[in-house]
Order: sequence, then structure tokens, then C-alpha cells
Amino acid sequence: MGISYTLENVLLGSSLLGVVAGVVGCFALLRRQSLLGDALAHAALPGVCLAFLLAGSKESLYLLAGAMATGIAGALFVLLVVRWTRVKEDAAIGIVLSVFFAVGIVLLTRIQRLPGGNQSGLDRYLFGQAATIVEEDLMVMAILGGAVLLVVALVYKELKLLCFDRAFGASLGFSMRGLEVLLTCLLVAVVVVGLQTVGVILMVAALITPAAAARQWTDRLGAMVLLAGVLGGASGAIGTILSATAPKLPPGPTIVLVSSAVLVASLLFAPRRGMLWAWLEERALRSRIRRENLLKDLYRVGERERAWDRFVPRPALMGLRGQGALEIERSAGHLVAAGLAERSGDALRLTAAGLAEAAQVVRKHRLWELYLARRLELPTDHVHRDAEAMEHALSEEAVDGIEELLGFPKEDPHGRLIPARRRP
Amino acid sequence: MTSRLEEMAAAGGSPAGAAAIGPLPVEVHDLTVAYGTQPVLWDVDLTLPEGHLIAVVGPNGAGKSTLLKAIVGLVRPITGWVKVYGEPYERRRSWVGYTPQRESVDWDFPTSALDVVTMGLYGRVGWFRRPSRRHREMALACLEKLGIRDLAGRQISQLSGGQQQRVFLARALAQEARLYLMDEPFAGVDATTEKAVLSLLQDLRREGKTVVAVHHDLQTVAEYFDHVVLLNLRLVAAGPVATTFTPENIHRAYGGRPTGLSQAAEALLSRRPPGGGP
Amino acid sequence: MSSTVVILLVGSFVAASCALVGSFLVLRRLALLGDAISHAVLPGIVVAFLLTGSRAPLPMVLGAGCLGVFTVFLVEVLNRSRRLQEDASIGVVFPALFSVGVILVSSLAAQVDLDTDCVLYGDIAYAPSDVLDVGGVPIGPKALWTTGAALVVDALLVLLLYKELKVVSFDPALASSIGFSPVLVHYLLMAAVSLTVVASFESVGSILVVGMLVVPPATAYLLTERLGVMLLLAVAIGVGSSAAGYAFARWYECSIGGAMAAAAGLAFVASALASPRHGLLARYLKHRRLGARLAGHLVLLHLSGRAAEGERRGLGPRDLEARFRWGRVRTARVLGRLEAQGLIEPAAAGLRITPAGERAVEQAGTAALADRR
Repeated sequence: MGISYTLENVLLGSSLLGVVAGVVGCFALLRRQSLLGDALAHAALPGVCLAFLLAGSKESLYLLAGAMATGIAGALFVLLVVRWTRVKEDAAIGIVLSVFFAVGIVLLTRIQRLPGGNQSGLDRYLFGQAATIVEEDLMVMAILGGAVLLVVALVYKELKLLCFDRAFGASLGFSMRGLEVLLTCLLVAVVVVGLQTVGVILMVAALITPAAAARQWTDRLGAMVLLAGVLGGASGAIGTILSATAPKLPPGPTIVLVSSAVLVASLLFAPRRGMLWAWLEERALRSRIRRENLLKDLYRVGERERAWDRFVPRPALMGLRGQGALEIERSAGHLVAAGLAERSGDALRLTAAGLAEAAQVVRKHRLWELYLARRLELPTDHVHRDAEAMEHALSEEAVDGIEELLGFPKEDPHGRLIPARRRP
Repeated sequence: MTSRLEEMAAAGGSPAGAAAIGPLPVEVHDLTVAYGTQPVLWDVDLTLPEGHLIAVVGPNGAGKSTLLKAIVGLVRPITGWVKVYGEPYERRRSWVGYTPQRESVDWDFPTSALDVVTMGLYGRVGWFRRPSRRHREMALACLEKLGIRDLAGRQISQLSGGQQQRVFLARALAQEARLYLMDEPFAGVDATTEKAVLSLLQDLRREGKTVVAVHHDLQTVAEYFDHVVLLNLRLVAAGPVATTFTPENIHRAYGGRPTGLSQAAEALLSRRPPGGGP
Repeated sequence: MSSTVVILLVGSFVAASCALVGSFLVLRRLALLGDAISHAVLPGIVVAFLLTGSRAPLPMVLGAGCLGVFTVFLVEVLNRSRRLQEDASIGVVFPALFSVGVILVSSLAAQVDLDTDCVLYGDIAYAPSDVLDVGGVPIGPKALWTTGAALVVDALLVLLLYKELKVVSFDPALASSIGFSPVLVHYLLMAAVSLTVVASFESVGSILVVGMLVVPPATAYLLTERLGVMLLLAVAIGVGSSAAGYAFARWYECSIGGAMAAAAGLAFVASALASPRHGLLARYLKHRRLGARLAGHLVLLHLSGRAAEGERRGLGPRDLEARFRWGRVRTARVLGRLEAQGLIEPAAAGLRITPAGERAVEQAGTAALADRR
């Protein structure tokens, strides 16, 4: 059947693009050049039109060569403007993508008004029209894509240096400028591969979205590149199949939405980097800090008055840390629910269990503070990162260890009594 | 914390001592600030006396700039509060002049030195209204005080680093504040500017103003400032330079031996359950 | 009103309003956020379209405005989560939203009187014939009203908040400390960008809006050192480009919107080359002048204090050529200039520095010291 034959071509074409774009996109992403890809893709349009006008044919080889030429011209333009004028990179990219694209539109609309131009089908390069991919197109794409992957494999180590530490790479004797040019050419080649599947406008998503998704799962470049290739290829295939099964679902945008969904899932759920986990963790930490602080405050008030059985009114608690009533109310709710405190109107008092718990929190705080005061050498960065978490995350054994280390002190640096170890 | 406060006032014993009876320029209580889950300031309690030149020193990443930013409400603390002259910052805006780091802005911005200084008056001009000629004259007078009146019309990208810094200080001056917060006013300036900045600071002190400046050069702390705040994530020490800027305190702030705490911390952290799930 | 006048007016309104808000985008390095907004408003427009079933301007502006601000918000959330860099955040957000819009347009083509070409490059040529009715009374071309309204809003924003926009763009920390909330001003600006984009959308399409947002301000940025002048220049360049683009499009029979943005691109290239201070030409000439002066100084320094040696052994062009490796032509040019200035003179066996030359060396030395100070 003709349909399955077309679908086969389309599937192959869009998965191929997904893989190649995902792989090269990783380097663009890490070099913070995500949007350069966008500019290059837009810059390909005038090339396609010019090639059509000059060669007078829609042979895809000519059109793709034209796309490559203006794509590279666009990259050069960005480079020149940033290097030689005060215009910053974002504006330079914006200029290239809009002006080159505008020239493309001028030519495209011109071609459509030429006799026979309406059938040129050039506008399929805007959003891509995978259904028009024929076997020869696929050959060109496969050769180009294969070449791109081959080059990446050959200079992988050097590209890694370029992304990670440009100056160091240069000091080793690799021509970083040359590599930059090479990477730009690879980007242009990917754009050309993708012209017929996703088109110039959504090209940036094919490049960046799988790479950004892959970045969430791994911290190693090799794994990231492979994963981005797989995610890109899978998104391409799934998007194509979806668009083939539902009527009027254009493949380009569908592919983009599939890979965007993959990205959203990665951002939320990837182990360690996932925003959901981080958010839950941070929320738990914050509420724990607030709860422990409220316990501490209640303990301190009792300490001052030498009696813990009186109810402390909420305004007095608010004065201690400048907390809002709502905040205190929330932490208080937790304490009451856990049986650590009891209420009388808006006043609060520790229960027996609460007092024991509070004493442990205060003990931890004071011992830790004493430890920091005596041996304050905080700087090294990774200690910073966990320093806050540490006080609240210290286990009881660790606190006991600190106590021992400090020689069982009785008072903290401010001269306040350190509560005793919890009875077993 | 009152004890430290009294200690400062007593040890300060300066001509501005009388002014210190009112609310203090800065009171920081129990302040913890974090970017993400990484704390930058931790449990800082601090009061700063009126009428002094106060240096904030500490190693890189010690939270010096963050302290200034927290005072003017640019970063939101996790816990704790800051008061400026006894009130939340929002009610004391007009009493405070804040000067960010020079590198924090784009000096290619199409505007003139005079214009930048006039920005210091925007707070007083208020929403929607335009600065008047009187404001321009005030700005010119401030440029004059820093010895760069002749650069008023100059585009800011054509100024040298030192001149840019002086423009920033002229802008602070234009704010006519009681409390000046300056982020690294001496960073990367030439000798002439350094002198100009110093004499400006001394003028301000003579007028009874309070200046809090993040400072990097330990050599000049004692020469330029009379109070010092040593910071390293936590407050290490604060007080008059003579009694506070001691080798022990400096050592405590800047650390040195990568032993002790770091090792203990590593040991403790390794006991935590891996992954640290919610 | 003839259709030419309508098209020119609409084009000018679009160019002027884009230039006003675009200038602040360029100055704040947010040019690509403008790009993102101009793509991402599409689903908002389509949804507004579906809900009201008409091309009434107000719901479209609301729909697009919501999406515009939503885009900015999403980019910021991603950015602040520190899982993606800012450019990557932009690069993943807007294609996704744009794709949603394109899919909506193409799958609902029966209900929606929009097509993807119009989305991309608009069609200002239809502006004169699409007349707005109020209670059945035609009150002139709709595009004129929408783009005019956007221009009025943008002009009001810039006039009323000129000082606030300036200080927030230049130094957000100061702005915040003196009570001008950068977040508020930022979102106001972004809302204005969204409004401008949606108003311009039908005339020049989503991508050419970016051209009008970015290119005229960037061109003006190369030509002036004053913010006020930059705004006015950007407006003038935008209006000029749209007029020139229209003339070209009439002649070449192509997309008017495309020609307008392309004309703006031409203006940028011209000013990048020929701007008196920041142009490539000016910089090249300055570079050459400085290079020539430096070469002259090097020769003088070399000859200085060697008069005796020069006479005895002869310090000639060959020695200088060997020392500085300039090649014969350049050496001859440098020496010729010095000789014409009377700083060196031919001596028995070569060249000799004149007293005037020695003085020049001395002056250069003190100047260099002063510079360092």
C-alpha cells in the first residue's frame, strides 16, 4: 500500500532527524547556544528559495545546498555582529532569525506569484511536511545525518573540551575556534536534515528539547548525548505515528509536543534533579525548620520563666522571630497533631513529650553552635551547601558524638544551659 | 543581643554616640538566607551603630553582598528579620542609599553620567513624575563633590572603571541618606578614585552618617574603617576595629586549615541516609 | 482613505509600537524573550477565537496577553529552577506553545478563519478591506484601530514610566532599593510586548513582529548614546523601513510584511557598517590610525638615544624591517610619515631621530604614565 510506504519514509526521516538533532543539540545546549540553532534554522529559508530561483528546480539536493549556504551565512552574521559591534548576542540572534526569515518570505511569496510557482511546494519547509518525503530525500538525509554522527564520534573528545573548558582545550593545542566553526556547521547540517520533517520554525525544539530532557537524567556527557539521541528519535517516531493516525495533525508540531512532554516529565520526575522531588524535599525541610524553631522558642520561653507549664500566647511567639500568625499557626497545628503541644485559645504549651523533644532540639542547636564557635572553619563549599540542612539533619548519635568531642560541655557560647541526653 | 549592642555603643564612644540612643541603623535578627537549598547567611544576629564607617569582610561566598541585599529587601530570608532605624526597610527607603557592585550593571547602556546620578533621586521623585531641573542641579553638585563634574555629559561606557565607581558613589550621595550601604566601593579602582572614595566616606562620617561597605582588602580595613563585621556564613564577630579586627577573629572568618569541621561535617553527612528523600 | 494610506499607517503604527517596547527588550538583553512571546501568543489567539467565534480584537488581545505573560512566567520558572539555562528555557518553551497553536489552527481549520501562512507572515494587504463595525456602523479598517490602540498604550507606558523603565533596565538592584519594583515593571513591559505582538500579528505575522521588535532598536543602539534619542530613532527607523518595505513589495510583488522586516535588516547592516562611533568602518579606521601611531612610536623609541650609534653604524630601513617584521611596504610607509612630520631625518648611513622626535617620545612617555594613573 502506498500509505505504508509513505509512512515508512516519514518514520525513518523523522526518527533520523530526532537522533541527529538530539546528539548535536546537546553540545549547543551546553555551550549556551540553544537559540543560535533557532537563528540558523530560520536562516535556511532564503537559501531554499534562492536555490529554487537560481536552479529553477525543486531537486532537494539543490534546495538543501542553498539552505546550508544561507544557514552558514546567518551564523557568520551573528558572529560578526557580536564580535565587532556593541549589539549583544541575543539581539544579534533575533536580527538574523527575523531578517533572514523575512528575506525568505519575500522570496517565497515572490515565487508563489511566478507562473507555476504555486506548485513549487516550498512552503512545506516552513513547518515541514513529512508526507512529501520520497526515497531520494531520505537518501540525502541519511547521508548527511550519518556524516554528522560520524563527525561527532570522531571529535567527541574535543567537543567535550569545547563545552567544558574552552581555555583549557586551547592550552592543549586544539583549535577551539576551528571547533566552534565545526559545531556551527554541524548545527546547520542538522537543520538541513530536519527541513522536510519539522521545518525551519520548530527546528529549535528538535535540537534543544531532547537535549534538555536528557540533561535531567545524567551528569555525564556521553550518557547525555546517547540519551538525547534516543529521546529525539523516539519523539520523532511517536509524533509521526500520532500524526498519521489522527486526521489533520501536522507531524512537525506533533513531534515537538511529544518531545516537550518528555521534557516536562524529565524536569519533574528525573531522579535527583527532578523538580518534584526537590520541591517536596525543600517543603519538608522548611516545615521541619519552622517546627523545630517553634519548639525551640517554646522551650526558651519556659527556660526564661523557669516553668514550662504555662501557655504562651501567640503574639509573644510572633515577636520572637518576626513570624506571621499564619506561619506559627501552621507549625503549631503540626505540633498539636503530633501530640507535642496543646492549645488554649491562641496560646500554646508543650506537652511532656513535646518538652522532651524540644530539649533534644535545643540540645542539638546549642551543641552545634558551640562546636561551630570553637572550631569555626566553615569555608569549603560543599560544607556550605549542607550546613543548614546539617543542623536539622543531625542524627542523635551524631549530636552525642559532638558532645563527646567537645568534652561534655554544660553551657553554649551564650552561657545557656545545654539540655541533657535523652534517656533511653 | 542587647549585650552586644551595649558593648558596641560603649566601645564606640564616638561623637555620634549621642545619636545612637534612637533606634539603631541596622538590626538583624536570626537571619537565614538561602539560594535554593544552599544557605548563604545562617542565623545572623547583628546590630550596627550609628555614625560609623563599618566594613563587612569575609572570604568569597561568605554572604557579604547578601547581607546588604537582605537589608534592602532584595533577597527574602527564610527566617529572621531586618529592621532599619527600628522599622521594616519598606518604611525607611528614603533613609537608605544602596550602591550595588559596579559590575552588576551594563555600562554600555545608552545614558550619561549625570543621568545615572539623577537616578539616585528617583525614589524622591516618585512614580510617574519626571525629575526636574532642581534634581539635575543636585545631581551635578554630587558629581562636583567627587571631582567629576566635567564628566556629567559623558556616555557611561566612555568612563574608566574608577570614574564609573565615582559616578555610582555620586549617585549614592544624591540619595541624601542617613545610612549608606555600599557593595565593594573600593573594588578595581585606581589610586585617585580610592582617595576620592575614602575622603567621601570620611565626609559622610563627619556629617554623622552611617556607612556599611563590603570590603575586600584586609590591609586597609583598619586604616579606612572604624567598625568591622566579620562574616563567614555565620557572624564571626562585629565591633570596633581595635577590639574586633584581631588575628584570631580574622583567622576564624577566613579559616585556613581544611581540617576540623570539614572532616567532622563529612563524617556526619556520610551517616545521613543516601538520597535524602522527602 | 486609499488602501495605500491605510497600509502605510498600519505599518507605521506597528513599527512605532514595536520600536518603543523593543528598545527596552534589546537594552535588557531580552530580545529573544520578545521572540518567544511572539510565537507563544498563537494558542491564546486561537482559543479566544474559538470561544468567541469572531475576530473581535478584545478577546484576542486578552487571550494573547495571558499567553504572553504565561510564557515569561514559564521561562522564569525554568530558569530559576536552575535545571536549564535561560536561552534553553526560551528555546523549549516557545516551540511547544507555538506547536499547540499550529495544531489548533490546522485541526480546527473549519471553524477558524486563520491559516498558518497568516500566522507566520500575516497579510497587511488585506488590512484596508477588513472594516470594523460598531453597532453596524463601519468605523474604518480594524487593523488601523488595533495597531493604533497598541501604539497609544505603548506610548503612554513609555511616557509615564520612562524613568522607571530606565532605572529598572539599567540597575534593577537600585530600582528595587528605592521602591520601584523591578518585577512589576518587568511584567508591565512584557504585557505591553504581548499586546503589541497580538495587535501587529495579523499585519506582519508572528516572526516579522520579532524583526520589528529587535531590528530597529538594535540599529538605533548603534547610532546614539542617549536613551531618549534611541527610542525616537528606533521609531523613525521602524517607520522608514515599513514605508520602504511597502514600496519594494509593490514593485516586486511579494509579502509586504516580509519586505518591511527585510528593509529594517538593511538599515541595521548600513548602521553596523557606517555608524560614526560604533560602525565597523569607523572602528576599522580608528584601529588603523592607532596602529599607525603605535608603529611610529615604536620606530621613534628604537631610534631614540641611538643617534651616535645610528651615525656610526647606520640604522637604516633594513634594520627596522628586520626588527619589527613589517615588510618593506609598511616600513616605508611608517618611515615616510615620520619623516614628513619632521620627527626623523636621513643621516649619513641611515636614519636619525630629530630633536622634535625626541620630544615626541618624551611626551608619549608622560602621556602613557598619566593614562595609567
